Amino acid sequence: MTTTTRFRTLKDMPAQDYLTPGNTMCAGCGGILAVRVFHKVLGPNVAWINAAGCMTITMSYPLSPLRSNWLYTAFASAPAGAQGVRDALDVLIRKGKLSPSEDLKVVVVSGDGAAYDIGLQSTSGAIDRHLDFYYLCYDNEAYGNTGFQMSTSTPYGAATKTTPVTAAYPIGNTGRKKDLFEVWRSMKAPYVATLANSHGLDFLRKVEKGAETKGPKLYIAFAACPTGMGFDPKEGIEVEKLAVQTGVWPLKESVDGVVHHTLIPRSLTPVREYLKTQERFEHLFVPTEKREALDTIQASVSRYWKEAGAREGFDVKVPE
Amino acid sequence: MPDRVPPEGDQPDQGGGTVIGKLLTGNVAAASGARLARVDYVPAYPITPQTEIIETIADWVREGSMDSKFVQLESEHSMMTAAGAASLAGARVFTATSSQGLLYAMEMLYNVSGWRAPIVLVNVSRALAAPIVLEPDHNDVLAARDSGFLQFHSETCQEVADLVLLAYRVAEDSRVMLPAIVNLDGFYLSFTREQVVLPEQEGVDSFLPPYNPVHPLKASKPVAKGSAVMEGYIYSYFRYNMHAAALRARKVFSEAAKDYEKLFGRAYGPVEGYMLDDAEYVLVMSNSFTSIGRQAVKKMRERGVAAGLLKLRMVRPFPSEDVAALLRGRKVAAVFDQNLAPGAGGIFYPEVAASLYHVKGRPSAILPVVGGLGGKQLTPKEMTSIFERMQAIGRDGQTPAPMYLMRDDELAKAKRAVSIATGESR
Repeated sequence: MTTTTRFRTLKDMPAQDYLTPGNTMCAGCGGILAVRVFHKVLGPNVAWINAAGCMTITMSYPLSPLRSNWLYTAFASAPAGAQGVRDALDVLIRKGKLSPSEDLKVVVVSGDGAAYDIGLQSTSGAIDRHLDFYYLCYDNEAYGNTGFQMSTSTPYGAATKTTPVTAAYPIGNTGRKKDLFEVWRSMKAPYVATLANSHGLDFLRKVEKGAETKGPKLYIAFAACPTGMGFDPKEGIEVEKLAVQTGVWPLKESVDGVVHHTLIPRSLTPVREYLKTQERFEHLFVPTEKREALDTIQASVSRYWKEAGAREGFDVKVPE
Repeated sequence: MPDRVPPEGDQPDQGGGTVIGKLLTGNVAAASGARLARVDYVPAYPITPQTEIIETIADWVREGSMDSKFVQLESEHSMMTAAGAASLAGARVFTATSSQGLLYAMEMLYNVSGWRAPIVLVNVSRALAAPIVLEPDHNDVLAARDSGFLQFHSETCQEVADLVLLAYRVAEDSRVMLPAIVNLDGFYLSFTREQVVLPEQEGVDSFLPPYNPVHPLKASKPVAKGSAVMEGYIYSYFRYNMHAAALRARKVFSEAAKDYEKLFGRAYGPVEGYMLDDAEYVLVMSNSFTSIGRQAVKKMRERGVAAGLLKLRMVRPFPSEDVAALLRGRKVAAVFDQNLAPGAGGIFYPEVAASLYHVKGRPSAILPVVGGLGGKQLTPKEMTSIFERMQAIGRDGQTPAPMYLMRDDELAKAKRAVSIATGESR
């Protein structure tokens, strides 16, 4: 692991883009922004291996916004596609059939539907085989491309098209967000990190750091989703910032299983400040406040930070 | 473990009784074909009755006698994804599966063919659950009939090895660029040792030059593969292209087979006739049970009946013209389907019938026969009964009612099992 970084300030972000403007993602999409920044750090020699999702339709024949390689596989098996490409490059280079200069960084890119749900089996296989690849999950906490249905990444209290708010179901989604970070860590993935577009320097350094590790690397990027979460496209970065400041989206990394929070808020902003920015949580505030649900969410965030602080030796002031 | 290369000058045994080749199971014959093809990559996943193929290859790779990368995936769906993706990165890829595994991978079969990734997949046929069973019929491989994979079906272990090599040659031909399935029957071939003469490596190398991918994923010239298409016109364009390529594979196969015969002395056509010259009653079959069909033809000939057999070797593209040419002028044909489409009947039957509909001098009737499901044994009497039915139809001019083969003793055994399960036997 490096102790030095080429990223001192945000101004060190590489100017060169490998994702050109004019793609078909929604205005204010946090997912495509994460892909763009990720690509800047990795450089041009990348094979993106995609699972079904919003990114899939940005690659609409005969156009491509990428200056790098792309392969759409299927919903469930992008990590297996990464396996095939990585193995083929390795064996062809070893046999002298391919010049080492043609080597590629293999990156799976998918939303949370593929990463948390349908693709988890193929992901587990790739981790277990210690496949040398990156997994970039742009996490908007629902199936966005099909119109925002619940995934196992959807947090408690969010309304989605398949967890609608009704008189009998006033909370929306009652499931808890799956902890994909811990799933990967428990399988001995050498590098696991969370990202937020609002915290660019942290983002750049984590991609840089992971790139020095051979083996499976997961990046879960918070992907503010104006159309699904329900906010003005120009508010995306603010929403991400609030997700971090309220502690809902911890910025952290795991290096060889050791977890380290890369941003420790002195005191957490109350979660309601974050929840209020999005239509998917509107029912928690109107017509009446769902006090119990709001308390449940706050308590779960506060408990997370107290436990993390106890493990890592920091203290975070949580809201009353 | 068999030797890879037989001594020079070996010829296939012509029935003289001398063992010339090696005694190999169908599974080891398949693995041998892959090794002779110098495949770069073998993604694998175990399933009965295919497992011996990947075990054999794993041994060879680990002992250093096969220069490939072998990786065990966590499912057939992933295995097929890895296979296609590796092919797009420029590797020659081999893999194998059976039955449930083929169905589990089915989504990716359509992707791999759409990617125009010319991999070779060996399917060791096993009937499909439920109920779960181990022995073969062809509902598994025929579920892939519309997937865009070429299909070649084997009657013998020798054919398995040869067809693997032919499949690569056809699949990778620039006029085709489609993946291929080589099929063999579980148990009847997979675990049965037969004499197999493996071609020598030097000859294989001249028959099958290294794979030269057209637009692989690479740093110096990035490409986008599997891109979405948003409208029907462009989707149709690509699909029609695949269809045209699959149809071209018929001719490409014949060219390749001619070269193969020159080099190794074994001739393969898309179909194969047996005692067809003057045959009036012709049974159409595929895969290992064809050997039982041949015995029935012999028996009928002994009785003075002009019986013959037509074996389907190439199943995709469907060799309609060959079928039509060889069935034209016969009195009655029968199609033996070792598969069942519930509510329709056999799967090959309508394909054979469609091949003949516009043909002058077509047989007066085509008898549908379903049998051998789940590997159900066939007695010579059951097979000859098909010819007897064909004769009766030829005499009376009646519309043939489908035959579903099941003997009285088997039915009694089945009923006995049911009565035990339901407790009625107590």
